[in-house]
Amino acid sequence: MLDITLTVDGVTRPLAVDPRTTLLDALRERLDVTAPKKGCDHGQCGACTVLVDGRRVLSCLTLAVQQDGAQVTTAAGLGEGDGLHPLAEAFLDHDALQCGYCTPGQLCSAVGMLDEAGRGHASHATADVAAVPTLTDEEIRERMSGNLCRCGAYANIVSAIREVAS
Amino acid sequence: MSTPAMAYERATDVDAAVAAVAGRPGARFLAGGTNLVDHLKLGLLDPDLLVDVTRLPLREIEDVPGGGLRIGAGVTNADLAADPRVRASYPVLAEALLAGASGQLRNVATTGGNLLQRTRCPYFQDVTMACGKRDPGAGCSAIGGVTRGHAILGASEHCIATHPSDMAVGLAALDATVETAGPGGGRTLPLTELHRLPGDEPERDTVLEHGELIVAVTLPPPSPTARSAYRKVRDRASYAFALVSVAAAVDVRDGVLHDVRIALGGVAPKPWRAEQAEAVLRGAVPTAARLGEAADAELAAATAQGENAFKIPLARATIVAVLRDLLTEELA
Ligand SMILES: Cc1cc2nc3c(=O)[nH]c(=O)nc-3n(C[C@H](O)[C@H](O)[C@H](O)COP(=O)(O)OP(=O)(O)OC[C@H]3O[C@@H](n4cnc5c(N)ncnc54)[C@H](O)[C@@H]3O)c2cc1C
Ligand code: SF4
Ligand code: FES
Ligand code: FES
Repeated sequence: MLDITLTVDGVTRPLAVDPRTTLLDALRERLDVTAPKKGCDHGQCGACTVLVDGRRVLSCLTLAVQQDGAQVTTAAGLGEGDGLHPLAEAFLDHDALQCGYCTPGQLCSAVGMLDEAGRGHASHATADVAAVPTLTDEEIRERMSGNLCRCGAYANIVSAIREVAS
Repeated sequence: MSTPAMAYERATDVDAAVAAVAGRPGARFLAGGTNLVDHLKLGLLDPDLLVDVTRLPLREIEDVPGGGLRIGAGVTNADLAADPRVRASYPVLAEALLAGASGQLRNVATTGGNLLQRTRCPYFQDVTMACGKRDPGAGCSAIGGVTRGHAILGASEHCIATHPSDMAVGLAALDATVETAGPGGGRTLPLTELHRLPGDEPERDTVLEHGELIVAVTLPPPSPTARSAYRKVRDRASYAFALVSVAAAVDVRDGVLHDVRIALGGVAPKPWRAEQAEAVLRGAVPTAARLGEAADAELAAATAQGENAFKIPLARATIVAVLRDLLTEELA
């Protein structure tokens, strides 16, 4: 077992982990932080997406020991104080969920994605990778393609993100 | 089920990382973990030590004196694709990176790990199936089985798997070189010589020895008149591995193809430099017919493995389409 410290949604959480433990299992099974969901456990669905030091990552494919000292933000920690994050509000307003299982991952991914877009990053949907892209619906879809929704709420997820982006 | 103990170390300098892995047959380097951690879960790998190389000072993209870029092995796929120098001067690389995986994965996947990711052959990933890449000498379940994603070039009777990386295909078309540090010292080799064809040793994906660490990838100076692009054909519009991909760079001077470089992905056990096609085009005036002849020359050696027969015409069409798009002015 190795001693590590994670700061999860602003709270410092020291713990001892077996090196094989993923960040997702450390959060869910050891720290009772259940906002990130385990969909596939193989990097294929995005349900486990969290922000690590502000960047969106898949918590199922990174070991907890590798994240020693990191600031981890889950969907539960996105809002300020008791309020919802504007993206979470927009998801509610736009009916951007049905069962809600993918939603925490969608929210963290969208926050990270908007930050990347804000810094001018291109995507596979960008015609000229050297230019600064505008966040069209096609761009939003491509950039969110790592988050699957089995309920197929995609159209409304795109509307919710578009509203917050503009 | 109890899992055997696995130790974890965080390397702080390159020599120590190399020594830690080289001295222990069961040790592995760990970078972003997006392939290796998956393999731990699938039971493909049972290391007794992981040496984390993500905190080594290998995260910079430096200008090379005289032109070119030196990319540290720890630079993430996202940071590399976002670098203004890559976007402006090496668009084929930015496009190849952005065509791979997802935003979350690219934020952690590294240059070194991307090159050394292993095949997505479904039998390789399933420990209940015989696979000579996983268990030397075990034979190959793919031959005669589900082969839709498998190789049409460079395969052997021992393994027909493809290399899954998009980035590596872009790098192959750019004449990149790979720099390593190893137990016997370091070396620099062309990217196209890093991966090997399976032959009768499918378990060896690359020429690297145990404990040899990739430290950097270097891009030669860009030609100011070159144009380049990457096109990936897959089962869905995003977040899927390539069935066929093409990276191409052309440099037209006085109406003639002064230089042309083509690399193929999804069709071979390694990023496949299309030298036969290049030979047909180099020094030639580009015409639609010539592009077709070039693709045919490359694919003359292509062999279908049952279900993947569609890849031969698909590769032909994709090679022609990418070149046609890069040469619109000349072909008009
Ligand atoms: C759902 C999914 C979809 C994907 N889609 C694509 C895709 O479309 N296109 C694509 O190209 N890729 C795709 N990938 C693969 C992804 O790009 C790779 O997993 C990633 O690039 C590996 O990098 P890493 O840093 O995480 O490597 P790790 O998983 O840490 O390591 C991979 C291997 O490289 C070795 N290694 C790592 N760094 C070094 C080094 N510096 N020197 C020597 N050895 C080293 C490790 O020991 C290990 O054997 C996908 C992955 C997933 C999970
Ligand atoms: S194609 Fe290669 S990786 Fe796939 S089962 Fe055969 S030997 Fe294994
Ligand atoms: S649970 Fe991590 S991507 Fe599906
Ligand atoms: S809302 Fe059910 S999976 Fe997305």
